[in-house]
Amino acid sequence: MKEKGPVMDKEGVERTISRIAHEIVEKNKGTDNLVIIGIRTRGVFLAERIVKKIKQIEKAVLPIGVLDITLYRDDLSTIASQPVVHKTEIPFDITNKVVVLVDDVLYTGRTIRAALDELIDFGRPKAIQLAVLVDRGHRELPIRADYAGKNVPTSQKEIVEVRLEEYDKKTEVIIIGK
Amino acid sequence: MEWNRKDLLGLEDLTKEEIKLILDTTESFKEISTREIKKVPALRGKTIANLFFEPSTRTRISFELAEKRLSADVVNFSASTSSLSKGETFIDTAKNIEAMKIDCVVIRHSSSGASYMLSKKLNASVINAGDGTHEHPTQALLDMFTIREKKGGLEGLKVAIVGDIRHSRVARSNIWGMRKMGIDVRICGPKTLLPVDIEKTGAKVFYHIEHAIKHVDVIMALRIQKERQGQSYFPSIREYSKFYGLTSERLKYAKGDVLIMHPGPINRGVEIMPEVADGPYSVILEQVTNGLAVRMAVLYLVMGSKTKEVSA
Repeated sequence: MKEKGPVMDKEGVERTISRIAHEIVEKNKGTDNLVIIGIRTRGVFLAERIVKKIKQIEKAVLPIGVLDITLYRDDLSTIASQPVVHKTEIPFDITNKVVVLVDDVLYTGRTIRAALDELIDFGRPKAIQLAVLVDRGHRELPIRADYAGKNVPTSQKEIVEVRLEEYDKKTEVIIIGK
Repeated sequence: MEWNRKDLLGLEDLTKEEIKLILDTTESFKEISTREIKKVPALRGKTIANLFFEPSTRTRISFELAEKRLSADVVNFSASTSSLSKGETFIDTAKNIEAMKIDCVVIRHSSSGASYMLSKKLNASVINAGDGTHEHPTQALLDMFTIREKKGGLEGLKVAIVGDIRHSRVARSNIWGMRKMGIDVRICGPKTLLPVDIEKTGAKVFYHIEHAIKHVDVIMALRIQKERQGQSYFPSIREYSKFYGLTSERLKYAKGDVLIMHPGPINRGVEIMPEVADGPYSVILEQVTNGLAVRMAVLYLVMGSKTKEVSA
């Protein structure tokens, strides 16, 4: 596994999160009816950072939820190691809300497909928008991000790794060659 | 920690880490039953057969609900209406059911070792839902989950199991499991209802309930199993109740925040008095709620263990 250098450093990640937060507020003309839901694991920390940024911009505290999509994956019988199931925590009603779903990397789109299925089991949101830090392409499903921090063209032989202080003790985005 | 077993037959051969994995996974599954749509697609396309060769209410319903909440297809079998009554053997019945491409079998049987024997004959996963007087692993797991949830941990707790230990698969599974998790297990009952050599499991033996429950964190009362009492193990139900019945008076010997548990069904006024069973320390109904989540976790782990390659 060869590290091919950083795509984003700590400052780059912070700037990108700040831009995504501004775009969310702009697109939705404020924060009314907005809720933020992060996909475990790193999506949750990104969601928290976005909520913090929106609080600075708009002085509004948005409800935040956590989605664990393990039980909605379409590949339980084909995956190498059994995914550990963690809790989904959405302590508010999402019906008629605009849900901003947050994840670190958008790749095949299968994680987002699972997340959409799970979200809809919780209620009927008015709209679901998708925010990702990195869009690396290679979609297998017709899914696109409403807010993409950075488009990173990659080969399928590469891995895009998002590292966040809260989980990895370091904030950066790097590409690793397989 | 990963689950690598085809079956769940008992807690005697599980490691502490495996028990912890099941309890941790259960925490995530508990939330599903609080949703408006109490269903996830995790086991979609899988077929599970519930083979109940012995009567059961809560365990059968609990397994069936757990399977349905994971979106599995479920078939139920009860011995009285099956070809067993025409002379077919237990193994032939099971092999015929497996030939219909079943992925998992949940079995309750009056013979100890029935689930073990079945697991050796079938490629499908086998989950023991109680075999004779041997083990009832999911009951013990839900007991430990309930204790952990209420007390914040298991290590160092004192638990007294009172009653018919001899015939209790629940007690056996609990003793194996709880000892592994670092619990000080005490068992108590008339000498005739305690198995020979039970001390070898590491449980401490008491004959007086007041001694057994002194300063304990949890008291688990067991049902007097009238159906397994081929011979007389004590002079009368009334006498048993007098010496071993869990009364509110006796609770004073235990810790102030003692938990009262019972695997059910209860004989009110025999092993447990109604005011204790329905009292503030009782978690009997919470045990039932947690049973569903434990069984979802076990089904998920057992059926998701045969695996290959990850996608993103």
